[in-house]
Amino acid sequence: MSTMAVDDVAVSPVNEGFWTRARKAGLVLTVLGLLAVLLFTALAASEPARFTLSEDASGAALKINGTVGAALFGAVALAAGVAILAGLPKRWFTLVLGVGLVGFVVSFLCWQVSTAPAGQNFMPLVNIVRGTFILALPLIFGSLAGVLCERSGVVNVAIEGQLLMGAFSGALFGSLSGNLWVGLIAAAIGGTFISLLLAVFAIRYLVDQVVMGIVLNLLAVGITGFLYERLMQPDPAKYNSAPHFSNWEIPLLSEIPVLGPALFAGNIFLYLGLLLVLVIHIALFRTRWGLRTRSVGEHPTAADTLGVRVLRLRYRNVLLAGAVAGIGGASYTLALFSFTKNMIGGKGFIALAALIFGRWSPTGALLAALFFGFADQLATYLSAINSSIPSQFLAMLPYLATILAVAGLVGRVRAPAADGKPYIKG
Amino acid sequence: MEPGEIHALLGENGAGKSTLMNVLYGLYQPDEGEILVDGKPLQPRGPADAIAAGIGMVHQHFMLVPVLTVAENVMLGAEQVRGGMLGFLDRRRARREVAEVSTRYNLQVDPDAIIEDLPVGIQQRVEIVKALTRDVDLLILDEPTAVLTPQETEELLTVMRELKAAGRSIVFITHKLGEVKAIADRVTVIRRGRTVGTATPEASRDELAALMVGRTVRLTVDKEPATPGEPVLELSGLVVDDDRQVRAVDGVDLTVRAGEVLGIAGVQGNGQTELVEAVMGLRPLLAGSVRLGGERIDDRSTKEILRAGVGYVPEDRSVDGLVKELSIAENLVLDLYDRPPFGRGLALRPDAIKKSARERIAQFDVRTPSAEAAVGTLSGGNQQKVIVARELSRPLKLLIAAQPTRGVDVGSIEFIHSRVIHERDAGTAVLLVSSELDEVIGLADRIAVMYRGRIIGIVGPDTAREEIGLLMAGITPDPADAGANGATAGTDGGAPSPSGPGSEDEA
Repeated sequence: MSTMAVDDVAVSPVNEGFWTRARKAGLVLTVLGLLAVLLFTALAASEPARFTLSEDASGAALKINGTVGAALFGAVALAAGVAILAGLPKRWFTLVLGVGLVGFVVSFLCWQVSTAPAGQNFMPLVNIVRGTFILALPLIFGSLAGVLCERSGVVNVAIEGQLLMGAFSGALFGSLSGNLWVGLIAAAIGGTFISLLLAVFAIRYLVDQVVMGIVLNLLAVGITGFLYERLMQPDPAKYNSAPHFSNWEIPLLSEIPVLGPALFAGNIFLYLGLLLVLVIHIALFRTRWGLRTRSVGEHPTAADTLGVRVLRLRYRNVLLAGAVAGIGGASYTLALFSFTKNMIGGKGFIALAALIFGRWSPTGALLAALFFGFADQLATYLSAINSSIPSQFLAMLPYLATILAVAGLVGRVRAPAADGKPYIKG
Repeated sequence: MEPGEIHALLGENGAGKSTLMNVLYGLYQPDEGEILVDGKPLQPRGPADAIAAGIGMVHQHFMLVPVLTVAENVMLGAEQVRGGMLGFLDRRRARREVAEVSTRYNLQVDPDAIIEDLPVGIQQRVEIVKALTRDVDLLILDEPTAVLTPQETEELLTVMRELKAAGRSIVFITHKLGEVKAIADRVTVIRRGRTVGTATPEASRDELAALMVGRTVRLTVDKEPATPGEPVLELSGLVVDDDRQVRAVDGVDLTVRAGEVLGIAGVQGNGQTELVEAVMGLRPLLAGSVRLGGERIDDRSTKEILRAGVGYVPEDRSVDGLVKELSIAENLVLDLYDRPPFGRGLALRPDAIKKSARERIAQFDVRTPSAEAAVGTLSGGNQQKVIVARELSRPLKLLIAAQPTRGVDVGSIEFIHSRVIHERDAGTAVLLVSSELDEVIGLADRIAVMYRGRIIGIVGPDTAREEIGLLMAGITPDPADAGANGATAGTDGGAPSPSGPGSEDEA
């Protein structure tokens, strides 16, 4: 069924003569390919670059000479770019673009790894993949919260606040009860609390949704900061020592090289996040709830004339979004760290970017979140091997990509038509 | 309503047709009165109740979600689901249902097409299919032909006949007489929220037109005969499109002279709005020219046109005429805020603005607690007086008044009318556009009737209203009459005389 595709939020083709969207992407890729072939190859050392299939230098590894690798994969990117420029059939576009981008990244890695100091010239793939998912996890929950909200027509800028409130109440009630599940439920309720405020003010009192979202983020920082200093700092043993979910290895699946240890030996949040992506995607495009949600987000009056109760549906979706983001916040405090002040640190806003990059679709948001997570992880890795490239520069790149994406490189991104518009009957 | 009947609801814009039907469909709640369906009272609290009672409605502005498919739109709100609580959509069944209804009533639509890719006529078909799959006995079509091309209209009429043959009843809301005669079994005419008559389509067009336009007491305006002077506004070969790129004004030639009121009569939507907007520089001309006092102004900006001595009372005061949140004083200087005495350099001069506002509030009888009150808090009549006060406070060569008294109380109507005549007597050329025939007859010295983007006749104000009604319905009785592009020149009404603020003293 066609509606399973990401392009359900329509991407309208723009007629631009020769310079179609595909050709522009091809041009960019060609430039990147040239950069790889010329610059990366020249800079790479003729040393072996090892990509180990484990968490350290040991075990099996993919090995390639740095110069050769940089040139080879750069050539892949260049070829892909030229192919797209030459006018590739449309159905191949995404695949070739993907291959080209991967080629560019691998070429870059060959250069970086081969010039790393002796003893460090390897890249542990398991670490990279696992780190990508861990860093992407709050983004996945956050952008799913965005999907639930915005598909029904309520802009959710309060993701940051929902994540933070979830993290806080997860930590607090997890510590007090000493029970993981109590913590998890409390986290969901904490996120829901913030989105309840958003819902009431946006839907009932018609307050500007973006402004309301920002205010709620500040409110969440204020409340959690205050309680952190009053409760958690003086007595962390009582208030800020929630138990953590342990990692569950899934038999057999965790044996798969690289992906197994990275993906199937994670904690409950990883499984829950991936499951939610799937469930929400199917629900959005295949169920009655999904059809009504999308209708209300696009043309609430039409839905109303057919007996759909617009405001009730919006309330329900916004509250649900808060619960999802709340659980996302708990993925910090019930699995990794104890609570610290403002610990979400802007991830909620990056989740918002992932939502847009992923065109308001759950699977799109997942891919965008992984992209951001990978870039983040790569920056960490490169600073660990003393790369010549400042890690801050790398950390900036994903957002540059988002701006390009939103500006039209990946097609016109169109929000649900009624997103952010309060519905007033009659 | 009988089963299998097509009942036309005929009336001018704003007569209350759509409101009535929205009450029936449960979108609005009635203040009083009751609705009987099959002898039982119905009080729809929402559209769901109306649908359950067998009432379906095709709205004037389609209620379709543009990014969804036809089948998704049709099933929305009445989804067939599998999987119990999970509610998985049964798309196959939805498609089958669409296909079934399509073939039964000969309404071809592709269930998998995306709505926004479909032309308007097909979208309307989807709306009808949507209503029919809900098994309605009574289908309300709210101005269904307003957005259709003539061919699409023909197709729609065929569909309506087929529905009628299948025993469905249809309420057909329109203001187009031709369609009523072509299809309706009975006609109810509504005017100003009241039923003013029921007729059969055999009734002649002018009978219907007369009912529609009404025979209410003529609002008389005391005025001397006009003394027209030099041509002030000259339109020649004007061609303008509307927002949908459909030809709205199709070759209009018109001359308005100093010291006369030229009224444009016509059923709304025949190009009057676009004509006025084109003259004001608010809408691009596709062909033709606009001359003010002999000089071409069609390449000028709206601001330059206003400065050249044109006063403009727009037809929708709340959208185009006023900034509701601003005060009366501020609204009164929207046209002159940047020149003395109201502005100097980058600064406004609040004292001058306030002083002039107080003068004009008194002069134009604006009922308000203070000049600082937001215009939005005033009644419709007083809002309109603010606009009139603003526009008449500049020296004018030409006054364009579009629907100057729409939604205005009787007292304000009289006041505004006397002001318009006063302006005429001062030598200003006045172009009046109104869908109220009474107003046009009462004020105008010559009446141009507009139909489908053309001036199909220019008559004197003493012409029988039935005759004007016929023209409004597009029937030219005698081509010789239409050539009376008269009220001829010769008498010198004098050059346009400036009438600055405070130069009038008559109320």
